[in-house]
Amino acid sequence: MVLYGVAALALCMLVGMLIGDVLGVAGGVDANVGGVGFAMILLVVATDRLRKRGLFPKPTEQGVLFWSALYIPIVIAMAATQNVAEAIGGGPMAAIAGLGALAAGAALVPVISRIGGQSEPLPAMTEAEKAEA
Amino acid sequence: MDIIADVLERNGLLFAFVVVGALMMISGWLSKTLTRGRLQGSAIAIMLGLVLAYFGGINTGGEAGMADIAIFSGLGLMGGAMLRDFAIVATAYGVDLQEIKKAGAAGVLALLAGIVVSFVVGAAVAAAFGYTDPESMATIGSGAATYIVGPVTGTAVGASSEVIALSVAAGLIKAVVVMVGTPMIAPFIGLNNPKSAMAYGGLMGTTSGVAGGLAATDKRLVPYGAMTATFYTGLGCLLGPSIFYFALVGLFG
Repeated sequence: MVLYGVAALALCMLVGMLIGDVLGVAGGVDANVGGVGFAMILLVVATDRLRKRGLFPKPTEQGVLFWSALYIPIVIAMAATQNVAEAIGGGPMAAIAGLGALAAGAALVPVISRIGGQSEPLPAMTEAEKAEA
Repeated sequence: MDIIADVLERNGLLFAFVVVGALMMISGWLSKTLTRGRLQGSAIAIMLGLVLAYFGGINTGGEAGMADIAIFSGLGLMGGAMLRDFAIVATAYGVDLQEIKKAGAAGVLALLAGIVVSFVVGAAVAAAFGYTDPESMATIGSGAATYIVGPVTGTAVGASSEVIALSVAAGLIKAVVVMVGTPMIAPFIGLNNPKSAMAYGGLMGTTSGVAGGLAATDKRLVPYGAMTATFYTGLGCLLGPSIFYFALVGLFG
């Protein structure tokens, strides 16, 4: 049943968000600390176990994969609802502060990626994966 | 006309699916004809979305881009935090936990380095523009981390509302440029494997920026980048008004 997949996904997300909020309260901040990350780990671990026991059949899987496939359209909707006007209206100081932080961070990516040995690039996308994107 | 607008408003989410579908179709076509597939359709669609958001914001004076125009309000639900995070979590399905464990140390270090670097760069820029009091420097430095950390820090340390607004603008600029720029800088910083994606998410921190930027680069990298980015804002809110502010007070107060 497709809904089982959607429900499992939603449950993982809710539990993850709860952990993130509790961590935020414990740290004394009004923010969710890592909720999405915990939800992802829950989903990966839980579905892996269920799959091994044969309790996560193809139709159930479809419920998760549907939302994964909707990811890019959702991000496009997110882009269309950003406060771009205010970002641009902030003037040169805001722009330089934001861009400076971005440039400094990006420059560190190769340095930090080297920790614990180089990683291989992902294989090129197959035609099927490209069509999905 | 009124009847059409009324139907679209009442079924906002459905109209949002149609609008985004049309945007993706146009972008896919532009990608093929203008760039011969070099720039991915999703990258173009995100840019078009940002351009629309700009005009939406200019026309309505609101904060939510296109979603402030009544018939496009469904875009706000579709692209809001709930469905966005839901879809991000869904992309983790089938992710290799081994990869995450392997990159764990790099991810944690990326987070700390990312927050500190943003604080320092933002505070230095603020000082260069004449905002030399510790409150303003802490707030703008936090805004350079993300547009959520900025106002959280600013409110906590009692910065002026003008400075808080600037900190939000700095964070928004960062998010927007990360969305558009990630596919362009990816080849130069080796952003083509799960580990560098985790480092990237931790160093950039802006969930919306990383989510959009990695989607436009290679969708398979999304869960790894999002995994670390999700800790960034919380950690930033923790460090901004405390250690970072006290350090600035000690240095310049």
